[in-house]
Amino acid sequence: MQSTTTQPSPLLAATKTKRIPGEEGVWIFILGDISVFAVFFTYYLVQRGKHVELFDLAQATLNKNFGAVNTVFLLISSLFVVLAVRAMRAAERIAAQRLIVGAFFCGVAFIIVKTFEYSERIAAKQIPTTNGFYLLYFVLTGLHLFHLIIGLGVLTTLFFLARRTGLSKHQWAFFEGGACFWHMVDLLWLVLFPLIFLVR
Amino acid sequence: MTALLRTPATAVWVVLITATAVSWTLGTQHGTHDHKLASVIILLIAFIKVRLVGMYFMELREAPNVLRGLFEAYCLIVCTLLLGVFLFG
Repeated sequence: MQSTTTQPSPLLAATKTKRIPGEEGVWIFILGDISVFAVFFTYYLVQRGKHVELFDLAQATLNKNFGAVNTVFLLISSLFVVLAVRAMRAAERIAAQRLIVGAFFCGVAFIIVKTFEYSERIAAKQIPTTNGFYLLYFVLTGLHLFHLIIGLGVLTTLFFLARRTGLSKHQWAFFEGGACFWHMVDLLWLVLFPLIFLVR
Repeated sequence: MTALLRTPATAVWVVLITATAVSWTLGTQHGTHDHKLASVIILLIAFIKVRLVGMYFMELREAPNVLRGLFEAYCLIVCTLLLGVFLFG
């Protein structure tokens, strides 16, 4: 791997001291966003509690393998992003770029699997208007998909940052904050998949 | 590249993949076993995974106590809430 002239940020080099990954604004957004999802998670289980049989029957129609494969894609992409941040700190910009591209393609793979999954449901006429389960299934997984698509835009920005030499303090913060946003997309799916596909 | 992999986050990633396999197995078992107990374990595993992603991937274990505390509180409160609603809701 090529070493470049990019200087590791002094902030990033000081891993022994406590510091905020990215910047405060990113964390207000992330904590706010995962809290909104916490309300949705709870609402899902409240509705399930009211219609246990309907939810269990409808859940059984979902293809759990699609959900599990997508979990693996997101976990691989998250590892790539962790390694990309480490590569940037070690001034290995080429490695960082490759890892970000890898993470991006895992995200694309997630969308492709999701398309198959949605097609199966729609072909079986299991759509949001069918019943409360499918409504929540489409709304929650759709909201997550929306976050993932924004995440692909964030990864694209990180890729171009990784091509630059001498990032400013603000650009380093964006790089770390963007990485945390992508981990949040992973984190939300780590709850959504078991909650909607497995818990019964 | 191998130097990049020498981080606790890599070991955490192996744990996350293994935990996913355990949850998937618990959630796809057929037969007469206790779904409710399996689901409680699946939810607990999910939030252990969330916490690991926060601590090691998002690097919150190196973050100021307030931020780390907010995230840990999130994991604990949301997990307890969901288990409560699932079991008694």
